[in-house]
Amino acid sequence: MKTNRSRRFLTLLTALLALSMFAAACGGSDDTESATGTATSECGTNNAVVKGDKVTDKTVAVVAPSDSQDLAFTQSMIDSLTRLGIEPQVTDGTFQVEVAADAIRGYAEDGINVVIVHGTQYGGSLAEIAPDFPETSFIWGTSTSTQDIPNIFAYYPEAQQGGYVNGWIAGELADGGSIGVVGPVEAGDAVSYINGFRAGAEANGADVAVTYTGSFSDVALATEAAEAFLTVGVEVLTGTSQSAVGAVNVANENKIPWFGTQSNQEAWSTDQVVASQVYHWEVILDDMFEMIDEGTLGGEAMSLTLENGGLLVEINGCYNLDSDVLSGAGDIVDQIIAGDINPPA
Amino acid sequence: MSEFFTLSVLIATFASAVRLAVPYLLAALGETIGQRSGVLNLGVDGVMLLSAFGAYYTVIETGSHLLGIGVGLLIGLFMGVVYAVVTVHLHAKQGISGIGIFLFGLGFSDLLSQELVGAIQPIKKLPSLAKLPLVGGIFEPLEDIKYLGQLLFSHNLMTYVAFALVPTVTWMMNNTTFGLNIKAVGENPQAADSLGVSVGRTRFFAILIGNALAGLAGATLSLQLGVFQQNLTNGLGFIAVALVYFGAWRAKWVMAGAMLYGIVTATRLQWQARDIIPNSASDLAAMTPALITILALVLLAKRVRGPAALTKPFSRH
Repeated sequence: MKTNRSRRFLTLLTALLALSMFAAACGGSDDTESATGTATSECGTNNAVVKGDKVTDKTVAVVAPSDSQDLAFTQSMIDSLTRLGIEPQVTDGTFQVEVAADAIRGYAEDGINVVIVHGTQYGGSLAEIAPDFPETSFIWGTSTSTQDIPNIFAYYPEAQQGGYVNGWIAGELADGGSIGVVGPVEAGDAVSYINGFRAGAEANGADVAVTYTGSFSDVALATEAAEAFLTVGVEVLTGTSQSAVGAVNVANENKIPWFGTQSNQEAWSTDQVVASQVYHWEVILDDMFEMIDEGTLGGEAMSLTLENGGLLVEINGCYNLDSDVLSGAGDIVDQIIAGDINPPA
Repeated sequence: MSEFFTLSVLIATFASAVRLAVPYLLAALGETIGQRSGVLNLGVDGVMLLSAFGAYYTVIETGSHLLGIGVGLLIGLFMGVVYAVVTVHLHAKQGISGIGIFLFGLGFSDLLSQELVGAIQPIKKLPSLAKLPLVGGIFEPLEDIKYLGQLLFSHNLMTYVAFALVPTVTWMMNNTTFGLNIKAVGENPQAADSLGVSVGRTRFFAILIGNALAGLAGATLSLQLGVFQQNLTNGLGFIAVALVYFGAWRAKWVMAGAMLYGIVTATRLQWQARDIIPNSASDLAAMTPALITILALVLLAKRVRGPAALTKPFSRH
């Protein structure tokens, strides 16, 4: 445990150092602002999440579709709660909506104060459950709507923003070549990310092809989708969902740069993961917990953006991206925040 | 469209189809043997998940793919013993028992993964024959042959094992006493029993072989992908059960079904990568392999008959 703490402290220190070095490398006050949306890790450091100070005394539970250590959608939420000093009760791997509904109702019946319902697909069940438990706050995403139920908060990542930045960098690496995108199902933040990525890459002169495998969890399909892109001659690959690990393996084997999203995916390939758009849900969860502590149990939808720091493009320090590309990415972030670039969702 | 019909792309598509088909083939061959003896096993997916994790974790700990495959096989055998005791000796309903095995495999493999491994970590994939230690040198020149090398010699060892099992299973079922006994107890266990064939023992060993092959299928899947994660099979075991019906309980037709599934899936991925299938039709494209399989099942259902005693427990009393 002590070793873990020391390691976490060291990680925090190196992350801060990397951030300040990046800001210094950009130079000038304008460029420092661009560090809002990007950060470069120091090569060789792990990406352990540092536990923060506890922000609420409320009891919290999470119901999520995939594994809590999936380095993707579910882990992004667990990591964010850890950063807020919260150790939630977790029911993960609930692909079946009925199973998730049982878990949601079970937590509410057990008197848990806040139930985070981490999956768009659970919305229908939640609409039936939430009115039965008016004293419980339900935080549901990804969705832009609270379904007009007063004890539901909604959350959504503007994933197209980080997607655009990833795409722009990918376009630089592809140098006019083609890029393959391994998507899961054409829904939710996967579509936003992919649309943003495509726009960013095309703005930089790359051709982008997208394959939706039809599954969030089928690793074999994601693997073969990436293999199919190799025959097209892609220069860069990206993808989203927990099945993406299969495509990352293909990228790693064939020395093709990879761009991740949702969580930092450097652990899957230190050499080939160039950057990951990371969801920092804690940015909006902090506000929600504050409102809950003050007695407001829902009724508002909040989104992660580059501007509010909920989206962060974490660049792999081991990849040695050209400094021009790094500063260019910083400029893109600035333009998105300023509203000069509006990536399509 | 024209660029799809080039030799190099067609061969790459075929190679992809083979990779996709191998776990289906292994699992479906095992299920074929079990069903010919009269035992339906809906727990194939669960056995595959347990073996997939066992093989993956063994490779993480030892670095040996061979050991990983061995562990996958042993887990399959162990689950086979459990299933055989429950269904053959305790006469439990096969459908419910199978679902129980599936749910156990689904949950327990995930629990083990979270406790023993934690965050998903990729491992080295199963190497092709040319990259195997000791014998790799023999296959290296073969793999380098233009087109033919990729088509025939670029696969991993388990691919050749799976396809070699097709004639082996056919021969065993038609030419050995054990194979003929399997068919006899699957068609008319009372008659087989009256002729001195031990129905219980025959079914027991048929289940054992079937589960061992499911174990190999799971191990092959995780080592071929170089990763394990929750519900890695994604229902593959259930499709393998459907392929047995598709293949009319005959190994060569089961192979044809597995390959058809692989080819359709690989082709649609190639077409999506080349924008031949637009994204707007991606949902439809994703359903294609299942639709074709169902269509084939509907067409075949009227022409073939399964083992008469399938799902029927046997008791002398």
